[in-house]
Amino acid sequence: MANKDFVRQLPGASHHLARSSSWSMRLHVDPVLLFLLLVLSIGGLFVLYSGAGESFADVQKQSIRFVLAFVVMLVFAQLDPSVYRRWAPWLYLLGIIALAAVLIAGTGAKGAQRWLKLPGLPRFQPSEFMKLAMPMMVAWYLSSRILPPKFKHVVGSLVILLLPVVLIVKQPDLGTSLLILASGIFVLFFAGLSWKYVAAFATAVGALAPVMWFLVMREYQKQRVLTFLDPESDPLGSGWNIIQSKTAIGSGGLYGKGWLQGTQSQLDFLPESHTDFIIAVLAEEFGLVGVSVLLSIYLMIIARGLYIAAKAQDAFSRLLAGSLVLTFFVYVFVNIGMVSGILPVVGVPLPLVSYGGTSIVTLMAAFGVLMSIHTHRKMVAR
Amino acid sequence: MLSQIIVQWRLWFVVAFLFCASVLLGARLLQLQVMQKDFLNEQGDARTVRYEDIRAHRGMITDRNGEPLAVSTAVETVWMNPKLYWKKLKAAADENPENYQLIRLATQKLAQALDVSEQSLLTRLRENETKGFIYLKRKLQPAIAQQVKDLKVPGVFNRREYMRYYPAGEVATHVLGFVNIDEKGQEGVELAYDEWLQGTPGQKKVLKDGSDNIIKDLALVREAEPGKNLKLTLDMRLQYLAYRELKAVVTAHQAKAGSVVMLDAKTGDILAMVNQPSYNPNNRKNINTASLRNRAVTDLFEPGSTMKPLTVAAALETGRYSPGTSINTSPGYLRIGRKNIRDHHDYGVIDVSSIVAKSSNVGTSKIALDITGDALWDMYYRLGFGQMVGIGFPGEGVGVLPHPVKWKPLQVATMSYGYGLNLTALQLAQSYQVLANDGIKKQAALVLRDTIPEGDFIMPAHVARDVRTMLGKVVAKGGTGTRAQVEAYDVGGKTGTVHSVGASGYEDSSYKALFAGIAPVENPAVVMVVVIVGPSGDEYYGGEVAAPVFSRVISGTMRLLNVKPDHMPAMAESEKRLQEILDNHKS
Repeated sequence: MANKDFVRQLPGASHHLARSSSWSMRLHVDPVLLFLLLVLSIGGLFVLYSGAGESFADVQKQSIRFVLAFVVMLVFAQLDPSVYRRWAPWLYLLGIIALAAVLIAGTGAKGAQRWLKLPGLPRFQPSEFMKLAMPMMVAWYLSSRILPPKFKHVVGSLVILLLPVVLIVKQPDLGTSLLILASGIFVLFFAGLSWKYVAAFATAVGALAPVMWFLVMREYQKQRVLTFLDPESDPLGSGWNIIQSKTAIGSGGLYGKGWLQGTQSQLDFLPESHTDFIIAVLAEEFGLVGVSVLLSIYLMIIARGLYIAAKAQDAFSRLLAGSLVLTFFVYVFVNIGMVSGILPVVGVPLPLVSYGGTSIVTLMAAFGVLMSIHTHRKMVAR
Repeated sequence: MLSQIIVQWRLWFVVAFLFCASVLLGARLLQLQVMQKDFLNEQGDARTVRYEDIRAHRGMITDRNGEPLAVSTAVETVWMNPKLYWKKLKAAADENPENYQLIRLATQKLAQALDVSEQSLLTRLRENETKGFIYLKRKLQPAIAQQVKDLKVPGVFNRREYMRYYPAGEVATHVLGFVNIDEKGQEGVELAYDEWLQGTPGQKKVLKDGSDNIIKDLALVREAEPGKNLKLTLDMRLQYLAYRELKAVVTAHQAKAGSVVMLDAKTGDILAMVNQPSYNPNNRKNINTASLRNRAVTDLFEPGSTMKPLTVAAALETGRYSPGTSINTSPGYLRIGRKNIRDHHDYGVIDVSSIVAKSSNVGTSKIALDITGDALWDMYYRLGFGQMVGIGFPGEGVGVLPHPVKWKPLQVATMSYGYGLNLTALQLAQSYQVLANDGIKKQAALVLRDTIPEGDFIMPAHVARDVRTMLGKVVAKGGTGTRAQVEAYDVGGKTGTVHSVGASGYEDSSYKALFAGIAPVENPAVVMVVVIVGPSGDEYYGGEVAAPVFSRVISGTMRLLNVKPDHMPAMAESEKRLQEILDNHKS
């Protein structure tokens, strides 16, 4: 491509090219995605202000994280997708090492060991890093082989998948491990995994569930599932969160009680009202209308992401983009599902709205990758 | 190309999946926010909406002139939720060291404000760490409570309460009694009229947060109905006067106890009722149970010689005696069976008047034996002995008035001069009120009545008047009660000195000095009874210890009640001076 003379072009395409290399192309930013993300994060700050008990300090901290996250997104957008492809195995390896280090020397709270503190760096969760490294790795592995993947490559992918998942389950962090597992499986799915494998996989999950229950799952994780099945069985203990959040959502009604007017969220009845359960605050104060608006924004972001994936020019980019978008959707679905009581409580934050730094940075990095994929397309004729 | 198609196909599959999942979420939200809205709203309210009691203001007790005797003032009570405190402290320790230090500092200041050591406060909080409610300090001044509130220690709350204050302190406390910390009547009028005074607590609907703080008042369910005020018959001016004089005498004679009861002669209203020993109702820390009793109403004693005028009244009523009837009291004693009834001196042949004036046991006994025990008992019973006066005071004494099937002469004789029966100071005052009100008994009362009852006929007016004249002679020169005299007024009364009853019967050296009197004796305004228990020293007679109290209290009372003086010695003096000056001018 170095020599322009060898690039084949349609007549009039130069005009089209000139228009495309607007500021957004030069900055490698997708304006639609950027706009939607900005709307979501700014709107989220208002909900956070209410959910954090009108704490301006929390909003300030969160804003700083957003600024940082947007910078990270811009940086990730600048890199060519081929860079990610080249670096994927090494990033994955680094992630595995970090995860192993967490199990040996990690720090954490509430009975889980999820953080790594390295001298000179702010403490971070290697599992968050893995959320990006995993789909890249699987996408790299499959895209450099024949598609749809052969059986041995499916097995190879599963090995790549399960190694970090097991390490994260050990922390223990069921929510994140499931998300990471999903992100890898999405790559496999987009790579053209045969329906036979899908069916076999579903059967395996069904068979493995009892094994998981008895051998892998911790007591508190079982408790969550039991609580999900029947929250009223322990209304003052583990059922409390879910009953409270359902109450908060329901009492919001169609139009909500108004910003800062929610009784459940404002009066300390809703647990985790500024982190995982923040959607209940939104639902109580802005009603069904508010939640619908939020859901629409999410769906628009996802639609744009799928469009980017569909437009991607090479297999690696397409697989990576598809996986990232679907994982993002899983975030949204699992969070709203658990807060509204149709899924068990797993610690999944509401993307870009819940209070907390690491997940915001990871998500924005993922959007940076999406933008990179979209803005580094080679201008070739179809 | 094939793979392209597959991917395209899969993309649509994904879109369909996303659509289904989104519909599922939407349906769930619709279900919660529209279909179950009412139920969940109710659930939400069940967590936040609470009903709170509003304390009713307890009614005020005043004297007959509206002077406040018991008033409730607003105070603040500081309480704490130790569970919440430790939770917040732990959270701060985990997340925000700066905040943790602030809480520790505020706790230190809280201990200071409450006047306890920080260590003891923390120990108490630690001991109660699982509890959601402990009182830190009750009934704080609003200013200090505000100071505590401003410290913003997590889990510390204020509550409005009322504190009962008794402006008259120890002077009226036996009558008023007191309330406990929750403003429930425990003693005296506070107990007897508790329901009348306490009112009905109100209720309000409030919004509370998860830490039990009231966020805002939503609605008033029921206004608190304040308790009703209560007006007593006491006249605080007379109450103070009587208290001062009683205390002075009890102190001077190192007596064990004492009581004064003053009734309005015409209405039976209790104008003053004081006792010694007393206590300060506003600070009951070092309270002595012996000082708690309203002795004038609860304590029984043998009335001794103060019964003689009433015995004579019974005699006069028969028509066979008149004040001038002569009785032979020689030789100064009367032998009945094995017992001798003695007088101080041999008074010889004296009339009925003089029997009262000299307090002759022999003369009184002879009259009683003549009119029979039944006649005597009948008079005593009509005067109210052996029955409750009925002022509705808790623990009111009934007394004993024996009525044997067959009277023994000795029993009739001793009862005629006040032994073998017992009564309270209030009962004695009530009986003298009958004498003062020309034979009509007006029931004594502590709470001011709208209308004074007609009264009960006890004895003919002329009998009552004759006895009053005799009472006047007791106080006049030559009588036993000269020290009860009051300048400018003619008063009457009867002294009494009785041996106290101890564990082994009558005690030789322990006495009760009594005086029951009427002032003024011609046109009575008040009736008063003085009881001094166990005066020590040389003076122990009723005429020596109790009579002076009567004199001093009545002297002030007559002026305060604007009673017309019977004679004016001071005026007579100045008239004489004027005459002298006029005489000088003439010469």
